[in-house]
Amino acid sequence: MSFITDRKRVDGLGSSHNGVSHWMSQRLTAIALIPLSLMFLFPFIRTLGADHAVMLQTYAHPYHALVAVMFFVTLCKHLQQGVQVVIEDYVHGQRMLLTSLILNKLVWGGVAVIAIFAIAKIAFSA
Amino acid sequence: MADANQSNRPLSPHLQIYRPQITSVLSILNRITGNGMALTAVLIAWWFLAAATGVGYYDLVNGFLTSWVGLLIMVASLWAFWFHFFNGLRHLRWDAVQGMGMKTVRRSGWIASILSVVATVLCILLAM
Repeated sequence: MSFITDRKRVDGLGSSHNGVSHWMSQRLTAIALIPLSLMFLFPFIRTLGADHAVMLQTYAHPYHALVAVMFFVTLCKHLQQGVQVVIEDYVHGQRMLLTSLILNKLVWGGVAVIAIFAIAKIAFSA
Repeated sequence: MADANQSNRPLSPHLQIYRPQITSVLSILNRITGNGMALTAVLIAWWFLAAATGVGYYDLVNGFLTSWVGLLIMVASLWAFWFHFFNGLRHLRWDAVQGMGMKTVRRSGWIASILSVVATVLCILLAM
């Protein structure tokens, strides 16, 4: 029989294992995405479907290249956080849960790196 | 583990018992649109990577994204974006503990829904 109280046993071991940092970070990326998503969206929907040369010309411009990079970095962080909440809600079992959470981080880190590399290559070579 | 009295607790009513309401429908739509746009983000990153690779690969990916399947995904994503955008503004307002009365919550929900459709149509017109 344990003499530890119920309160002491669960202290710091809630289902999330941490405090408000995830919540706060998700709000900060959301706020940052309000201007960034709009600045990315309008040039993008006008460029999608354009010829290769036109596309390169658009995103070789420092404004569009920088907006696209800032947008993708913030977006990938926000997506990682959003998908994490869904994983935490629907994936059960310690092993599956941890594997999914780590894979989720690797995927969005990877997407961000791919986007940054591609945009930088366009911006620096045109 | 805290397993005392776990087995014979009453269950809460299942989801399908409840009548759909604007609040609950928009809540799950926020999650569906947000996570759905994960695919769109990957597709757009692919589009950039293809453009950086060369004209042949770009034409392939650009062609796919503007085929009828691609356009269906992009238009659905466009609506998903605007819905998530306007509904996200509702969430940020709630985080500041504003507009939380039931009447206001329902009204802001309808406003976000209508604005998402209007903005989607305007963007499609802009893209054409």
